[in-house]
Amino acid sequence: MINIVFFAQLREQLKSDGLQLDIPTPCTVKEIQVALLAQNPQWRDFISNPALMCAVNQDMVQLDAMVENGNEVAFFPPVTGG
Amino acid sequence: MDDNCPYDLLSVQEADFDVAYEYAQLRENNSQDGAIVFFSGLVRDFNQGQDVTGLFLEHYPAMTAKALAGIIDQAKSRWPINRVRLIHRVGQLHLADQIVFVGVSSSHREAAFEACHFIMDYLKKQAPFWKKETTKKGDWWVETLEKDQKALDKWQQDDPTDS
Repeated sequence: MINIVFFAQLREQLKSDGLQLDIPTPCTVKEIQVALLAQNPQWRDFISNPALMCAVNQDMVQLDAMVENGNEVAFFPPVTGG
Repeated sequence: MDDNCPYDLLSVQEADFDVAYEYAQLRENNSQDGAIVFFSGLVRDFNQGQDVTGLFLEHYPAMTAKALAGIIDQAKSRWPINRVRLIHRVGQLHLADQIVFVGVSSSHREAAFEACHFIMDYLKKQAPFWKKETTKKGDWWVETLEKDQKALDKWQQDDPTDS
């Protein structure tokens, strides 16, 4: 089971702050995106946005990063702090 | 890092901060450093063409401190700096409020100037904060700027260890 979390504008667009995803592991972040879209096709425009950033266990990663069972995977828009 | 100094490196908080206090902490019992450089960021009344009346800062609580600590570590590996103090506020902020504080002490000013600048540039691109501005025409999420990426690219080109 993977803990998925969403932040900021993406959270508002998806109307969800996260969910538990049951997916065979290890898998890639990209495969998680595909699984999320299969379950929620209405999210396509938002989850497929190439500008989205991703973190696995609170470290920024690229879409080819590997995810293990029990990891937390976060998706969010480009950050704007400071 | 100065092991003799029980120094609080970073804070993510709703509360305001006192620059005079933070500066005093960077100086306290510190005879080895000849320079302190600090930056404070404020809420201004314009951004991306709208009349801003305030902003809400969201963050990813489980990740924020880890990301900021990683940025401080990068700065410490790159410049001979001693103390670093980083504060970032979250939640509802109003016009002219303080948002962020970065203070760096070092034996010499060049390292303190550059490390402070580096930490701010990296924070803006790699720490999980998002600003939602309140304007007279409604609320909207601040968009990332190309100039912030260029600021980061500059440090990567300048990195003598990255060849």
